[in-house]
Amino acid sequence: MLRTEMLQEVTQSLRTHKARTALAVLTVAWGVFMLVLLLGAGRGLQNGVELEFKDDAVNSIRVYQGTTTQPFNGHARGRRIRFDNTAYDVLRSSVDVLDKSSGRYYPGGDLIARFGRQQGGFDIRGVHPEHVFLEKTKIVSGRFINQQDLTHKRKVCVIGAVVASRLFGDQPPVGESILLGDIAWQVVGVFTDAGGRSEEEQIYLPVSTSQLLFGGGDRIHQMLYTVGDATYQQSRDSVQQTRNLLADLYRFSPQDERAVRIYNNLDEYKKITDLFFWVRVFVAVVGLGTIITGILAVSNIMMISVAERRTEIGIRKAIGATPASITRLIVFESLIITAIAGYIGLMASIGLLELLKAVIPENEYLYQPDVNTALVAAVTLLIVVAGTLSGYLPARRAASIAPVEALNG
Amino acid sequence: MIEMQSVSKTYTTGRNRVEALKSVSFVVDERDFVAIQGSSGSGKSTLLNVLGILDSFDAGTYLLDGTPMTDLTPTQAAHYRNRFIGFVFQSFNLIQHKTALENVALPLYYRGINRKQRHSAALEYLDRMGMKDRADHLPKELSGGQSQRVAIARAMVTQPVLLLADEPTGALDSQNTEQILQLFNEMNGEGMTVVVVTHEDEVADSAGRVVQLHDGEIVRDYRNAPH
Repeated sequence: MLRTEMLQEVTQSLRTHKARTALAVLTVAWGVFMLVLLLGAGRGLQNGVELEFKDDAVNSIRVYQGTTTQPFNGHARGRRIRFDNTAYDVLRSSVDVLDKSSGRYYPGGDLIARFGRQQGGFDIRGVHPEHVFLEKTKIVSGRFINQQDLTHKRKVCVIGAVVASRLFGDQPPVGESILLGDIAWQVVGVFTDAGGRSEEEQIYLPVSTSQLLFGGGDRIHQMLYTVGDATYQQSRDSVQQTRNLLADLYRFSPQDERAVRIYNNLDEYKKITDLFFWVRVFVAVVGLGTIITGILAVSNIMMISVAERRTEIGIRKAIGATPASITRLIVFESLIITAIAGYIGLMASIGLLELLKAVIPENEYLYQPDVNTALVAAVTLLIVVAGTLSGYLPARRAASIAPVEALNG
Repeated sequence: MIEMQSVSKTYTTGRNRVEALKSVSFVVDERDFVAIQGSSGSGKSTLLNVLGILDSFDAGTYLLDGTPMTDLTPTQAAHYRNRFIGFVFQSFNLIQHKTALENVALPLYYRGINRKQRHSAALEYLDRMGMKDRADHLPKELSGGQSQRVAIARAMVTQPVLLLADEPTGALDSQNTEQILQLFNEMNGEGMTVVVVTHEDEVADSAGRVVQLHDGEIVRDYRNAPH
């Protein structure tokens, strides 16, 4: 009946009981505020942890040399597997989901890096050009190792920011040459790494040149690749495929997990995201509890409202209000309260999250707290539905009051 | 207008059973003005509540304007109250947060009449009660006599066939009592059936007929000499 009239009736009633209305609105708004904030914080924690994975490509797989633990095809167990260029080429050409890849050759020995009178000990790796994608290396000047460097076995190097500042101070390193042992290498690039300081203490060389000049032959110590957009299952499959290919090449049992050791970064990532799923469930449960508290508060306040208004309800009934119209009045009132409260709570919490997003710097604990729009919409809907329900019980009670009883009040 | 046959009503409070109405039979003609008298506990309020469909009864029949008022659902009762009956109470029973005009217009809201029509009808009845200039006042800003006149306007606005009043002058001084009784007489003169519950002889004297109740039974039923 007459929707706008109903609205007028309700707003009049709410205005008359300002303190009660404000209290109800505040309770529900607080519930919504806390829920959205908790969800946002949960997301922020997750973003922080994901930032930690930023150093290495999340979808990367690392392959290390190992020792066989099972006899195979006439070979005794306890045999050390040693990678070479062939292994790298096999993986690169045969692993289905392989996207970017690199081998690593560690020259070893205690090589001292020198420039003029400055010197220091740093980690040195001979790598392929695509290594730049595997460590999320960020070139800040010059370039990374390229295919020509490998083909022509150029004596070039790319140094980390820490190496650059240690050896060169404020001087631009690109174009200068550093000594590794007694061999001179021209610096062609400087990089930073999201992984932090230790990653920036690296010196990268073309894998072919380093094998040649440091007596490595065709030896490779470690291989890495990314799986592109492959699913988690595909990345797991690629681990087995890798093992099979290497087992075939080096003649060990494909079931021998220690002959080569393969680490799938997605496994770790999956563990963390699984953990965060449960964090989100926890947050949702706590948040729902808060919302339910708010809803109960509204229900309670509507109960009080109905008790206070027994006489009014009796009068209304005496002059012709049907039970249904009384029910509608009370339900509508609680609906309005919760809708307004929900709106206030949402706006306040989203506003605060946006503010936090803007002011919190990149860190590994809480970063970019956020909530998704669908979730927010669902929360709003939940509030409105629950608000309606919370008014229903008191409304039914009000409607069932006999007019004479209410009038005697 | 009102035909009651052997209507009984019993209340149970704890262990006590109170027979509020004992097989009351009672007929009120159209355009009559009846005063129901009786001491406290005589059953007069119960009778009024049953007449006003504010309360149910246990046995007997009750026809209001030819329509049986037996076994009504709360919704049906609400419709009949709205259609047939105007109520006036001792304590006025105005809704405190509504203005005089809004109070008078409220019964029309439950009839589904739009705001503009409601307000013009309400204003008309307030005018008849001499309360037009108080239309925007809240009940707490009105005197007892003024409040009761607003309440009467509210009872009349739906143009009911029956006006039921429960001690309408109980809270008023003699001057206001006189004015209210005069209003009742005017409306009765215009063809409205009026039933008033009262313990005041002055009120009973202004009615055409007096029914006296004692212990839930009608003990006396007489007509006053015409004024």
